[in-house]
Amino acid sequence: MNVVVFVKWVPEPEGTPTLGPEHRLVRAGVEGALDPGDEYGVEAALEITETQGGEVTVISMGPDEALPAVRRALAMGAHRGVLVTDERLAGADALVTARVLAAAVSGRPADLLLAAVESTDGYTGTVPVTVAEFLDLPAVTFATRLSFSDGELRARRQTPAGSEDVACSLPALVTLTAGANEPRYPSLKGIMAAKSKSLERPTADDLGLDAQSLVATQTVEAVQDAPVRGGGEILPAGEDAARRVVDLLAEARVI
Amino acid sequence: MTTAWVHAEVPQTGADAAAFELLAAARAAADVVEVVAFGPGSSAAAEALGAHGARRVYACDEASMASARAGALILERLIQEHRPDLVLFPTSYAGRDLAARLQARTGSTLMSNATAVSGPDRARTEILGGTRIVDVRLEGPTPRLVLLKPRSAEPEPVADGGVADVVPVAADVPADLREPRVLTRQVEAGSGPSLDDARVVVAGGRGLGSPQGFEILAALADAIEGAAVGASRAAVDAGWMPYASQIGQTGKTVKPDVYIAVGISGALQHLVGMKGSRRVIAVNKDADAPMMRLADLGVVGDLAQFVPALTQEIRRRTGS
Repeated sequence: MNVVVFVKWVPEPEGTPTLGPEHRLVRAGVEGALDPGDEYGVEAALEITETQGGEVTVISMGPDEALPAVRRALAMGAHRGVLVTDERLAGADALVTARVLAAAVSGRPADLLLAAVESTDGYTGTVPVTVAEFLDLPAVTFATRLSFSDGELRARRQTPAGSEDVACSLPALVTLTAGANEPRYPSLKGIMAAKSKSLERPTADDLGLDAQSLVATQTVEAVQDAPVRGGGEILPAGEDAARRVVDLLAEARVI
Repeated sequence: MTTAWVHAEVPQTGADAAAFELLAAARAAADVVEVVAFGPGSSAAAEALGAHGARRVYACDEASMASARAGALILERLIQEHRPDLVLFPTSYAGRDLAARLQARTGSTLMSNATAVSGPDRARTEILGGTRIVDVRLEGPTPRLVLLKPRSAEPEPVADGGVADVVPVAADVPADLREPRVLTRQVEAGSGPSLDDARVVVAGGRGLGSPQGFEILAALADAIEGAAVGASRAAVDAGWMPYASQIGQTGKTVKPDVYIAVGISGALQHLVGMKGSRRVIAVNKDADAPMMRLADLGVVGDLAQFVPALTQEIRRRTGS
């Protein structure tokens, strides 16, 4: 089974994000990594191909800075990587991103497409399903576990009320929640092997996308700081602190 | 005349606050507000939706229409026929999937995580964990699509409501449309008050250390009438608490009178789900945790000792 995993480079979660010109998140020169939420998809893809054969292709869109994210997935064991880089894609919105990712999948053998439910920097949460629609595929979102039976995909997914088990024919797209498995750490051997793996660097033109399809249709008009709250008192745990918490609850009339 | 559509999810119990919030937001953005509702109970919701300002309900009562693939096909067809300027969706499991699919079909822009809509092409969102407010102009083909976060608007019936006109919509989709089939459904029985309406939310995170850590939290919630227990994503991902209790970007947005965060450091993705709380109390072993900076009152120390002591103090004061 050939599996495509969409991954994203995100700025270091511990860092302080800053906004640059045109209110875009500054990515150049910023420490970043493979989105931790994407490691579950890579791990799931590796487990599937280890038992069923086939290859794992990791596809990403981003500037040169994003290369380490793809390399990490290769070091975990993915067979090939694709990083679409094009300066016209700086500031791409969800629709443009989905067009690019769908174009990057086209022509590749892909029985299963995996992605995280959402990125940990943007939280848009719509790109994978938009890709599925472009590729005319069914989608199982919020999956917490995956298996296969009679050539079909089986998945458990989170629902607002609990969970449900679903079956879906292939090819299909699945979005995985964090915690769906235990992502492996790249081994030294894996890191060395990653250096000789296929890493394609197409531009938007290479993918056959016209200039118009790369234009983002959202423009930030204004950014302001949200009102800052807090600045409250900090106390050491103890009887006094407990009394003060209870005072506050009483003031709020909830006890 | 501008027209905004609201994609309403109608539960078995009838249209509820989630749809009314969207209707209130849509009324602020356009002259005419109409609803699209798919699935059983859609037509029957016309009265409740009309009372909240919907003039018309495009309704398809077929159960098969609850799927995002079929829904996107039908919605695209309705859009081509009626040309709304804006379509609002709830930020829900189904809402995200439907809007995402529709976007691919219409080529329209889709704004996620909006907190307000001020016109058919203007939406507001919050980024970087709610520290910045961003106003965005929506361009490109109409209708513009917006996923509105829960509790972004207050439901408000209109004075001249009346029953919305029902326009029946045929569930006319190709028979060979591949979809996941649901084999079984599991309902996680929630205990105690629902997180959405609770006046007090007691939420725990990784700092509680184990599923057993949530037992002292449950005891604390038990001592406060009407308090619900929530969890951070870290605690849910660790399998300590069910997903239904998750507060934050991917989970629920809560706005209680008092939010008590225990062992939650305050990752941006969590803060977005609770920063609308009126008062915040943080209990953490780390005085520098972001949640501490946000709190009206912070307590630094050992959770396993302090939380039971607090529970006892509440019981002493309330005589319960």
